[in-house]
Amino acid sequence: MLDNLTARLARVVKTLRGQARLTEDNIGQALREVRVALLEADVALPVVRDFIEEVRKAALGQEVVGSLTPGQALVGVVHRELAALMGTHNAALDLATQPPAVILMAGLQGAGKTTTVAKLARMLRSRQKKKVLTVSTDVYRPAAIEQLRTVAAQAGADFFPSAAGERPSDIASGALQYAKSHYYDVLIVDTAGRLHIDQPMMEEIAELSRVLSPIETLFVVDAMQGQDAVNTARAFNEALPLTGIILTKLDGDARGGAALSVRHVTGKPLKFAGTGEKLDGLEEFHPERMASRILGMGDILGLVEEAQKSVDQDKAREFARKIKTGKGFDLSDFREQMSQMRKMGGLAAMLDKLPAQFGQMAQQAGGALEDTAVRRIEGIIDAMTPLERARPELLKASRKRRIATGAGVSVQEVNRLLNQFEQVQKVMKQFSRGGMQKMMRGMRGMLPRMH
Amino acid sequence: MFGFLKKSGEGDANESRPWKDRLRAALSRSRDRLSGQLAAVFRRARIDDALLEELESALLGADCGVAATAWLLEELDARVRREAITDPSRLHGVLAELLTGLIAPLERPLETEGHKPFIIMLAGVNGSGKTTSIGKIAHYYRSQGKSVLLAAGDTFRAAARSQLMIWGERNGVTVIAQEGADPAAVVFDAVGAARARGIDIVLADTAGRLPTQLHLMEEIAKVKRVIAKAAPGGPHEVLLVLDANTGQNALAQVAAFDAALALTGLVVTKLDGTARGGVLAAIARSHPLPLRFIGVGEGIEDLRPFCAADFVEALLAPPRA
Repeated sequence: MLDNLTARLARVVKTLRGQARLTEDNIGQALREVRVALLEADVALPVVRDFIEEVRKAALGQEVVGSLTPGQALVGVVHRELAALMGTHNAALDLATQPPAVILMAGLQGAGKTTTVAKLARMLRSRQKKKVLTVSTDVYRPAAIEQLRTVAAQAGADFFPSAAGERPSDIASGALQYAKSHYYDVLIVDTAGRLHIDQPMMEEIAELSRVLSPIETLFVVDAMQGQDAVNTARAFNEALPLTGIILTKLDGDARGGAALSVRHVTGKPLKFAGTGEKLDGLEEFHPERMASRILGMGDILGLVEEAQKSVDQDKAREFARKIKTGKGFDLSDFREQMSQMRKMGGLAAMLDKLPAQFGQMAQQAGGALEDTAVRRIEGIIDAMTPLERARPELLKASRKRRIATGAGVSVQEVNRLLNQFEQVQKVMKQFSRGGMQKMMRGMRGMLPRMH
Repeated sequence: MFGFLKKSGEGDANESRPWKDRLRAALSRSRDRLSGQLAAVFRRARIDDALLEELESALLGADCGVAATAWLLEELDARVRREAITDPSRLHGVLAELLTGLIAPLERPLETEGHKPFIIMLAGVNGSGKTTSIGKIAHYYRSQGKSVLLAAGDTFRAAARSQLMIWGERNGVTVIAQEGADPAAVVFDAVGAARARGIDIVLADTAGRLPTQLHLMEEIAKVKRVIAKAAPGGPHEVLLVLDANTGQNALAQVAAFDAALALTGLVVTKLDGTARGGVLAAIARSHPLPLRFIGVGEGIEDLRPFCAADFVEALLAPPRA
């Protein structure tokens, strides 16, 4: 999983570090690495070519050549250019029209349109208090209409019924009439997935667009899509007045190169990112964060948000105090931290959001970090009395035997846990003695400049 | 989807067209682009770095990925030196041979004899086409006179069960489904029902999941274990369904699902139109698994066993005059 753009650029920096200066001669080699990395991240080749040219110009222009740390400077340039290419701000939905504001969804089969309709509906209802109607014009895929009806209900949005025998444009105009006469703020129209080279189907969605005059036409793209993303996006952009892009399945381990490709070809803003199957899994798209994620600088902000969502604030404050003072961190806290991590989508998801070097360090930190192991640890701690959790030094042979039996593990495993706990406690103490700063100073040489 | 519904009048003509022609037609777009690019490459005056770079771009642009592309270019270069090839037009044949050699190991059709019921479990990420593939695989075995039973193991996605039921009706096969049940329980029941009824083939659907969702990967591993309880030795085939539109993440998917489930084969869907086929080369290079079926169209007939030579021919053949 780590042999992605993240790791590659870490290697780029390493190769460059050996050289005193980055010159016009040797920048070619570095850029070739960047090129390979982007291709492995599924950025489409024509986009990569344009992008590399931009980076070359920017790099030769100024800070990189002659810089004492050319690797960092180059990665900095790459990051900036990436973020710039994906748009420098996140564009909100435009609903400023005479209601109902119509949103038309388009995309390939399996991109995630129906799920995204429900997520959008939920977002509009809960954040903007809109009255939302949804309708499906997918008369082809078996049970597609029923799927939308179910998820729309989960999202608390209304559903305009349609049937497989009807014509999509008839369904659309019927839904539009209904939305008007019942004073809906927003009408979201789901469509069948279609290949961009399927002429009749592209004609069909163009007609839907004419019937509906949507204020937003959103192109739904699977973050895992490969090189063909450019061609798909181009064709949909030509057939429809696209106003924005939604990237789905971003919670996977795909690096999301498709985001760059689609944005580059259509010039349309990336508005949202879909993560997970729950209906609240729709986030505003942040180009800076996406560039960071792709470059392995880590989506720290995303991690913080994630943490805020799932962590009990009071407990977190108490925990922060314990870290700060280096006192009172006991096994209960240890267990709490473990289960917090699981709540945040498991370790793999978290490691992906960390900068590459942190991520690797965390992985080296050992087998204790695997999720099944985490559950065993929880089991062992659960088998202790509250007193034992607060004062682990009490644990001698007979208590350990009791705990091991209670948790269904061997005594060795209990010992291993206690060792790990001691390690963590040591780290905590370091933190409290300003070790954090020391650690950060050490890291600075490895990380690109943060802007 | 389902062109046969929209264009019912053309259904019969479609049936009678030989599979090879349909494969060729389906791949025509990737072929046009890839073979068009290649034709330009092979028309160059001599074999030099510029030619190799153009070839590299063509392969990368077809989703072959960096590793498989580098391998193909190295092998090509070695052949050029060894055989002292100077005429670029001969490279077409060499590339076709290399590509065929690379993906030929994937050509291992599924044998369903020897177990009754023969239990096939399908897994994959969201939207890769599992349920649709099950509908088409059911049709494939039905047309060979085998009895088929479907297990609606996707108990998560809204209406996934109904979607599979409709496929069951179309193929005239039984679908075992339960509302609000655990996926492993549904599949367990289905295997029991199949044994009682003397069914030849069981196709078990599962919910789409991303390999990063560890709890869901554990859940699907449990489905597999439970099948083994219901029918010792089962499942006899564990297929990963891959969307051919997927880029290099396909490799990560193969690795992750293989680690969780010990895959025995692949199904690659949506190879028509948008898809580039190059991802097959990438898979063959990094994680070769038998490619049991490929889907090259929306019709119920358009999912078939994979044949490497046909595929490479359809992919690289110059457009017919």
